[in-house]
Amino acid sequence: MTRPAAGPATGVRGDSADPDARTTSNRSTRMATIASARPTGSRRATFARKGWSTPVLGAVGVLAIIAIWELSSRLGLVDPSYLPPFSTVIVEVVDLLVGQRSGEFWAALGMTMYGWSVGLVISLALGIVIGVLIGSNRWVREYTNSTIEFLRPIPSVGLIPIAIVIFGVRPAATIAVVVWACFWVILIHVIAGVADVDPVADATARSYGLKSFRRAGHVVWPTVLPYLMTGLRLCGTIALVVAITIEIVVQAPGIGAMIATYQSAANVTVVYALALLTGVLGLAINLLMRLLENSVLAWHPSVRAEVEK
Amino acid sequence: MKALKALSAALALPILIVIVWWLGTMNETNPFVPKPGQMLNDLFTVWVGPLMAEQVVPSLYRLGVGLGAAIIVGITLGLLIGASRLARALTGPAFEFIRAVPPPVLLPVLLLILGIDDRSKIFLIFLGCLWPILLNTIDGVRSVDSVLADTTSTYGMQGWARFRWFVFPAALPRIMTGIRLALPIAIILMVVSEMYAALDGLGYRIMLFKQTFQMGPMWAGILIIGLIGILMAGLFRLVERRVLAWYYGQREMEKQ
Amino acid sequence: MSTDVTGTTPKGEVLLSVQGVQKVYSTPTGPVEAVRDLTFDLGKGEFACLVGPSGSGKTTLLKVISGLMPATSGRVVLDGKTIDGPPRGMALVFQEYGRSLYPWMRVAENVVLPLRAAGVPKAERRARVDEALEQVGLAHVPKSYPWQLSGGMQQRVAIARAIAYRPEVLLMDEPFAAVDAQTRADLEDLVRKVWKELGITVLFVTHDIDESVYLGERVIILSSSPTIILEDLRIDLPAERDQLETRSMPEFVEQRHHVYEQIQKAKRGYNADTASMSAVAASGV
Repeated sequence: MTRPAAGPATGVRGDSADPDARTTSNRSTRMATIASARPTGSRRATFARKGWSTPVLGAVGVLAIIAIWELSSRLGLVDPSYLPPFSTVIVEVVDLLVGQRSGEFWAALGMTMYGWSVGLVISLALGIVIGVLIGSNRWVREYTNSTIEFLRPIPSVGLIPIAIVIFGVRPAATIAVVVWACFWVILIHVIAGVADVDPVADATARSYGLKSFRRAGHVVWPTVLPYLMTGLRLCGTIALVVAITIEIVVQAPGIGAMIATYQSAANVTVVYALALLTGVLGLAINLLMRLLENSVLAWHPSVRAEVEK
Repeated sequence: MKALKALSAALALPILIVIVWWLGTMNETNPFVPKPGQMLNDLFTVWVGPLMAEQVVPSLYRLGVGLGAAIIVGITLGLLIGASRLARALTGPAFEFIRAVPPPVLLPVLLLILGIDDRSKIFLIFLGCLWPILLNTIDGVRSVDSVLADTTSTYGMQGWARFRWFVFPAALPRIMTGIRLALPIAIILMVVSEMYAALDGLGYRIMLFKQTFQMGPMWAGILIIGLIGILMAGLFRLVERRVLAWYYGQREMEKQ
Repeated sequence: MSTDVTGTTPKGEVLLSVQGVQKVYSTPTGPVEAVRDLTFDLGKGEFACLVGPSGSGKTTLLKVISGLMPATSGRVVLDGKTIDGPPRGMALVFQEYGRSLYPWMRVAENVVLPLRAAGVPKAERRARVDEALEQVGLAHVPKSYPWQLSGGMQQRVAIARAIAYRPEVLLMDEPFAAVDAQTRADLEDLVRKVWKELGITVLFVTHDIDESVYLGERVIILSSSPTIILEDLRIDLPAERDQLETRSMPEFVEQRHHVYEQIQKAKRGYNADTASMSAVAASGV
């Protein structure tokens, strides 16, 4: 069975691709130990124990990397035409956001986000419908498993030439590849969620005479939702990476195409500035998806407890 | 009987799909629509032979070197950083940001610095694969069981012995998760870097076929990418089941 | 303020000495005193039980004694040397057997690992592992993984690992709290047997009053947090103990009753400051 526990080989990071209850419980105990293992009379005083909190240390780390970047470029350790100083890049970032190039940047961002959102919505709709159809019947699950497992690892970028042949260098091509990349992730999470519906709860609902659509609302949907939200969160990042990749490779309009253009114009500063901005965009999307996940699942406190167990 | 049933479940749908595809495209004359028979034919007549050695082998070489380096560096760095609270706190937000930058964005820059040859592609694959492996290793080390950690301490195991016998195996499930996530990234970056700018390679050749409107060979090339992806996923699963036999066994027991 | 009330002075030479140990945790809401000024000595070859209500700082105390955690003040001395990290001469058996064995190693590998890390020669390693597994009655499963075994058997593996390590002091932190009653009785007798055969020193922490009286030659009763010693009691039971016979002896019932009363007092929220005085009084009994 394709359960997320066995690993949907997709997200950029495995945080929830491996929802392992044991790990979670271990972590909470470990947290407790760390919290309590801070004796007042400790012999080994480290930074952290001198009251340097984690956020402060994190900021120190970021500043250190920026300083290394700036200095290595300024002192000529790295050829500045390959790696312009951070300060120069930041000026360019500001220029992209509010200055001369802002029109070009925001238009490109709009195109990228258009491909991202439409692709995500389509894969979500397809994934939910097909996932529920497949997941709700054990027999169907068994007979589709091999096909899904076979098609899932096919790299999305392999489809770029096909998408171009069919749709041309237009947003539709981007959307098509994004859908391919995200659909499988949503699909296996939905299937796993539907398969996870507690047979006892389902039987109870049946015995109380709940009609099947009401049963779906009361029993199936709350179980599937956490799985779906995990899949959606993973897809937020995947869709962004795929969209920008296609834009870079085939110059489909968007941030990626803008990066490729400035690279061929040998304007490295803008390339770095755009790379930084895509990082910020990636972080923002990740944060947004987490907020969405938390707020959606907060409506189902019982479900939430179940997932965290 | 049971094995037969499982086999039929695994094969029924794929066979059905191929038959429908084959029948549906039998009288198709549009050159853009792929036919299964034609695709297989092109796979063997165009790709198998010298083209395989000239275009596919260099791709796989880049993939192997980049991914291998990412695994070695990712695990080593991850074990070191994960073991130190200070290092974790210092690197946390910085890594979180770097990870959020889609790796293909670096392609133009790397091309500029390292040139069009193997080095820029290998380095891109390395960078793209490093983060999932590194971050999962750090997480794996960080979340080792506290009782087991105390046990290891009471038996006087420190330094290398502690890493070898305790930290590494305890983090291995997460390390494997990281590698599993890195596999598709490696293939994607291999193909993308070759499609973007290259002198040889699978992605380069597929784009060439597309530009010269040789649809059959293009489809066959895409099939090869798919086959590489499926083969690597299957191979990885075999290795994982072997290396983590204890982990899956334990989880089975806990479920019961 | 000191609580050096030793109702029983250890026979023979002192092996482990806990001297004025105090443990204060710093928490976000301010310091919390888990253990307050604890002092007792453990003689060579003694079997002592630390018993106290749950929530008393028993586990904390054991972590300090085993060198896993530094004390806020005071010190622990093993064989004349002050401990500042896990010492070679101690082994600790945890309550969470499922989390104290390495799940990626087979039973024999789990038992042999500390010896391997300590550089014991191969032939001797083998002999010691075989012997230890024999002693805990697990000679037949060296190739199994721990998670394939029942809880009781897993705890036997942990005990085998501890005795193969040949510690001077065996520390046990509520080792049988998570196993069923029948298994628990078997394991209690196993620990007694091992203690007698090997002549090692055992410090056994438990919240179970019956268990402490049944197992120990000596029972140290602890208060709830912050922990102090309420009473240090010598158990006058024959060396040969039997689950049925011993537990029905009048001496057993009497001492069990006494410990029970002390624990009840501790539970009722004993003020640590006045408790030490009543402990002095109790020691006079």
